[in-house]
Amino acid sequence: MSVEAVTAQRFRPGQTVHVIERPALGHCRTPWYLRGKTGVVASVQGAYRDPERLAYHKPGLPSQVLYKVRFLQTELWPDYPGPASDHLEADIYEGWLESAS
Amino acid sequence: MTHDDHDHDHDHDHDHDHHHGGDGHTHPPQRDHDAGPMSAYEVLEETIRSLLIDKGVLSADEIAAQIDLMDSRTPALGAKVVAKAWSDPAFKAKLMADTRGALLDMGIDIGTLAEFRTIENTPDVHNVVVCTLCSCYPKLLLGVPPAWYKSLAYRSRVVVDPRAVLAEFGVAVPEGVEVRVHDSTADLRYLVLPMRPPGTEGWSPDKLASLVTRDAMIGTAIPDPGLRAAAE
Repeated sequence: MSVEAVTAQRFRPGQTVHVIERPALGHCRTPWYLRGKTGVVASVQGAYRDPERLAYHKPGLPSQVLYKVRFLQTELWPDYPGPASDHLEADIYEGWLESAS
Repeated sequence: MTHDDHDHDHDHDHDHDHHHGGDGHTHPPQRDHDAGPMSAYEVLEETIRSLLIDKGVLSADEIAAQIDLMDSRTPALGAKVVAKAWSDPAFKAKLMADTRGALLDMGIDIGTLAEFRTIENTPDVHNVVVCTLCSCYPKLLLGVPPAWYKSLAYRSRVVVDPRAVLAEFGVAVPEGVEVRVHDSTADLRYLVLPMRPPGTEGWSPDKLASLVTRDAMIGTAIPDPGLRAAAE
């Protein structure tokens, strides 16, 4: 990672987090189907420049902490046809997460 | 600056022998790559490429070199990595902890645009990778993704009903095994490390690598020595 300005890490692995339901358009890396959903931080993936600003020729600083968030499939899709133990993981930037616990 | 999002699948695979002349066998000729009007994206790509060269931002040599680099990255390279991980516990440990460093140890530089992570299939978890937002893929190891990886059908269905999609690929995941879908939404690219198949004890890394297909490293296939034997 770089030595550039980085937002402080607000969440830790194992913590329950909520993806903010925000109607962001443009170059946004938070898929619509995960907005408003609750998951658990699986790991911290480092810090990266904010793609929502980078895409518009901004520096994207401070860098955003990126989390791997693990969701139960049954949380995402009420009629999920597979076993209740199936999961989906996605990488979500800190600005899209809030504590759910 | 590559042309890797530019697929030309024309479905003109001809397995039959051609005997042109007198037998009445006719068919439309294969469409030339550059026949017909350019699409809007082709015009856009050519215009931007010409401007970048004219303004001295890039040279034609640099563009050709980047295309050559991408062409040197193939599933066969990924298969070597998997076979080494199966054969060398210390390498596997490094691959899991520091994929970039382990690949560099093998002389594979993944550049600076994205980080790589290796996710390991186990008797308890089967992993499968998708990018629902576009087509993020570990290109600097595996080369350009298959067309289906970028299709709307795969990208939307594999997150909603992964077991049905896997079944269509011929992968039946038992109920007791967790299916874990990885949506590579951001700066990380995922390589699936498949399980080493039983019955491959004592195999050389080269022979092991021959089992590892592109799809096995995406999670849509399982290495199968039986298939290899059938192909021989």
